[in-house]
Amino acid sequence: MFYLSMFFQYLSQYLKTRFQYRADVFVEFFSDLLSQAINLIFILVVFGHTHLLHGWNRDEIIFIYGFFLVPFAVFSAFFNIWDFNERYIVKGELDRILTRPIHSLFQIILERLELESLLGAITGLAVMFYAGSRLHLDIDWYDPILFIVFVVGGALVYGGIFILLASISFWADARTSLMPMMYNISNYGRYPVNIYNQLIRFVLTWILPFAFVGIYPAAFFLEKQEWYWYSFLTPFIGIIFFVLSVIVWNQGVKKYRGAGN
Amino acid sequence: MDKYLEMIRIRFLMMLAYRTNYYTGILIYSINIGAYYFLWTAIYGGKEQIQGLSVVQMTTYVAVSWMARAFYFNNLDREMAQEIMEGKVAIELIRPYNYLGMKTMQGLGEGIFRLFFFSAPGLIIVYFIFPIQFTWDLSVWGLFAISIMLSFFINTELNLLTGITTFFLYNNAGLIRAKRVVIDLFSGLLLPISFFPGWAQTVMGFLPFQGISYTPSMIFTKGFSHDQAIAAIGQQFIWVIILMLPIYLLWHLAKKQLIIQGG
Repeated sequence: MFYLSMFFQYLSQYLKTRFQYRADVFVEFFSDLLSQAINLIFILVVFGHTHLLHGWNRDEIIFIYGFFLVPFAVFSAFFNIWDFNERYIVKGELDRILTRPIHSLFQIILERLELESLLGAITGLAVMFYAGSRLHLDIDWYDPILFIVFVVGGALVYGGIFILLASISFWADARTSLMPMMYNISNYGRYPVNIYNQLIRFVLTWILPFAFVGIYPAAFFLEKQEWYWYSFLTPFIGIIFFVLSVIVWNQGVKKYRGAGN
Repeated sequence: MDKYLEMIRIRFLMMLAYRTNYYTGILIYSINIGAYYFLWTAIYGGKEQIQGLSVVQMTTYVAVSWMARAFYFNNLDREMAQEIMEGKVAIELIRPYNYLGMKTMQGLGEGIFRLFFFSAPGLIIVYFIFPIQFTWDLSVWGLFAISIMLSFFINTELNLLTGITTFFLYNNAGLIRAKRVVIDLFSGLLLPISFFPGWAQTVMGFLPFQGISYTPSMIFTKGFSHDQAIAAIGQQFIWVIILMLPIYLLWHLAKKQLIIQGG
């Protein structure tokens, strides 16, 4: 209960600051939209030269991309911790966090909210509806529920991986540029995994399970029966990775000794 | 002239001091090349060639265009925005050199560093992982060298232009980001310009972007014939000249209306 009220407290503060700088929010949204448009243009141009990508057609690929945008938007809104090392460890800000009465990770998530990223979900939904209507997909009563479950699962996969990466800074002091690398790897999950070789497919499924953010859950809505098993695994993988990352985080906090002064 | 050369040297040494940052950079580029390699093999399916490029040529195109990017890419626009917003630009302006020229030289120092410590080893690593075809035709290498030099200038000029807009817009972080994604697509880094539908190719023919990545990569993969290559390089050169004009104009205007806050 206390956590919930803290969340709303921070939320209202957050909204106040953002409405102070409305133009920035708008510009940011616009440049996000532009980069999404460019990814779509890429898909469109490529399918001007081929009809199938290992058995997936153009609208299916677009649908997968649209789906991917939704959990990614949720992740970017809440897990904005890619600069955790510089911001909290190097500058010693974590000392302040640890004196607060709520869980350190939760406190950081609250401080680093970036809710305008959620606008990306609207783009994602629009893309999905566009592709879905061209594919004549039916919407069953359980689809919206599963959609939410899969989106949360996908966002937790992302969140889990990035929290794990952030936790590394508790042990290794070196400035790592692992985060941007992970963003690049995560792009692999936007395309059907069967275009990759066995090794990459295995990595994307079990080690850095980015396939559970895009292709696997989207396959369910595309009625690709052979992938259903993976689709339903999405929330479980999400929860496993997230719980694991929180455990590692807690261990890391115990290990934390402060950055001097 | 000496001071500009010195600037290249200093930037080079500065980058050398922080070289560990570059090991992950090579990895990131390899990951990107890998992603596009698999994507393109899937796109080709069984096809022999698309738009005159075979799969091997396409893979080479992807690898070379990413590695060339390491050379021409720089963050001059962001550095300029930072200096302008912090008011540091005032001191830069009273120094006995041309600010924009100095920025270009810093970019060049950075580029040369990355060419040796990033592109060269990166290309060798990628060469062993993916099926890439190198040509040993010296004239191709020569043209490629001229072409990436011009790519560097076109890209740097666009960065300077974006940087100068900070004088007028105050906060142009969004513009800088937007410029970056637009260049990634329209320069031919993500896919060759010849893959675009005809009307789009015509439009892009009137824009400077394809001189950044498409031209050098096509020269390297021998997607261009010798005459085409010469013509494309000529086009790059014309753009280098044309782009000086708006830079000069905006810079002139900016200096007049410059207000330093603090600093």
